[in-house]
Parts: sequence; C-alpha cells; structure tokens
Amino acid sequence: MPDADRLRLYGSEFGSRLFIGTARYPSPLALEESIRASECEMVTVSLRREAGGTRSGESFWSFIRNLGVKVLPNTAGCRTAKEAIATAQMAREIFATNWIKLEVIGEEDTLQPDVFGLIEATRALIREGFYVLPYMTDDLVVAEKLLDLGCQALMPWAAPIGSGRGVNNPFALRALRAHFPDTPLIIDAGIGAPSHAVAVMEMGYDAILLNTAISRAGDPVEMARAFSLAIKAGRSAFFAKPMLPRDMAEPSTPIIGRPFDQLS
Amino acid sequence: MRILVNGLQCDVRAATLGGLLNELGYEDQKVGTAVNQEFVRSKDRDGIKLKEDDAVEIVTPRQGG
Repeated sequence: MPDADRLRLYGSEFGSRLFIGTARYPSPLALEESIRASECEMVTVSLRREAGGTRSGESFWSFIRNLGVKVLPNTAGCRTAKEAIATAQMAREIFATNWIKLEVIGEEDTLQPDVFGLIEATRALIREGFYVLPYMTDDLVVAEKLLDLGCQALMPWAAPIGSGRGVNNPFALRALRAHFPDTPLIIDAGIGAPSHAVAVMEMGYDAILLNTAISRAGDPVEMARAFSLAIKAGRSAFFAKPMLPRDMAEPSTPIIGRPFDQLS
Repeated sequence: MRILVNGLQCDVRAATLGGLLNELGYEDQKVGTAVNQEFVRSKDRDGIKLKEDDAVEIVTPRQGG
C-alpha cells in the first residue's frame, strides 16, 4: 500500500475511507463514541421540519460541530430534482458547506435512486458550485453522465438503503470500478457487516458510507471499530492483489518427498 | 391568510416570510426556508411576500444517514 494512501475528494484529503451517518443511534453518547471509534473524518447530516421554539435542531448541530468532523449534508427522502435542489441550497446556508450527498429517491420499496432526477439536480447544483456526491445505482451510463456534468466522485449503492444485504450485484460493481479506474468511487447503502466492507474494498472501491450497520448493531461503538479495521484490511488486500480462485484443489505442501509416496 | 407551513394548514397574520418566522416563534433560530419549493436565503426573507395557499418549509439540522 502506498505510504500516503489518502482519499482525495473535491480538493480535500481524508485519512479515513469510512464515512458514517448520524441517525438511529441509541443515544448521543453512542453516536459520539462510534464516530471516534470509526476514525471517520466526515459524517452525514440532514434537514427536517421543526416547530418554532423547539431548538432541537440547533442543539444537534452544536453537538456535531463540537466533534470536530467535517459534515456532509444529504437530501435524503427528496422525491424530485426540485425538492433536492432546494434542500441542498438550504443545507448550504445552514451548514456552511458546498458538500452535498445528493439523493433523489424514485421508488418506495427499494429507495432506489431516480437517476433522471439525480442528473437534473446534479446539473443545477454543480452550476451553483456544489461538491456533489451523487447517490446512484451501479449503472455505467448514469455514471458517465454524472462525470460529464462535473462530479468528481460517485456513490453507487451496494443494496437498498438500510437493507444490510451487502453487494447485490458484484458483477456491476466490478464493471463500474473497471470503467472508471481513476474516479473516486464510494459505496453508499446496503453494507450490513464488516465482511461486506472488506469485499468492496478488495474490489478497489475508494471508500464506504454507511449508517445503519453501525447505529443498529448490538454494540455500535464496537461495530464502528470493526468497520474501521475491515476497511483498512480490504484496502490493503486490494493493493496486495488477492490470488485467483480455482475450481479444484491444489496442495499447498510440496508433493515431492512425501513420506510413503508410491508405497500404497 | 391561510397557508401551508411544514405541511400543515395555518391561519397567519404575517405578510412576509420574515414576519411569519417571528409569528411562529422561530425568531433568532437558525433555520432553512423555502416557499413553494424555492429556496429563500435568510437575508431575503423580509422581502418575500406571502400569499394565500403558499407552501412554506422551515427546516433545521437533524441526524442523517
């Protein structure tokens, strides 16, 4: 592995290749300790409606700012490009960042991205100077169009959001990696266990963004640590170039000189 | 005037978005705003006149994945 194996996104460098969400933790303390244990340097946040005088949003934002990590606002739940664009613009004003994890959801059961709305919203937001990280399917043509629009990284799904299924279509993810060898590719959604993370990092993916796999684990802090280690292991394995699998056995101990050879 | 605020029907007196935020108790709270799905910058709120059936969104930071 190169000495300075750092992830570069939109002119920023990251030592960690794990980004985590901040939702669904059993407590703020569990969230804080999980962020520390994961060693991640950027966390996702969102915007939601709030009644006047409640101030729970301010309290959450103050909590996150004190952790000293970079924030990646999302447009989670947006159903149209128009909703996603307005949400991104509100997020930029509130969080004071050009970064946006762009989601335009097209289907309720799978929360599959609406790639047409995604492209429309990406076009508008890139023009406005946003650093768009588009949550997309594993479609090569969509990937090409998003890069043409100016995206400097892509975030294909492994499986539906929150499903924890791991990689649904390894062929498609390998093809995506092979087609865009120099583009930062971040797996977003569907990772459920550290073994899934190892698998995509071994394929050569650059990073992973996940939430539920940590926040809903029996022990989120320990799971955050496990994911951190898994991503490092997968990254090392990618550089080490795993052996090619075979259909039949091949002895690892030398055959020549085996005791009793040719006696039975 | 009857408008939608965060998806709920509301009778309000305020004539502008800035006035609406004060009327609903947001005052100095850090919020994001949109009217009819168009983002409105905080500095522009006092100049945005509301009309019947407008849909206003008022959002704040929240946990996200």
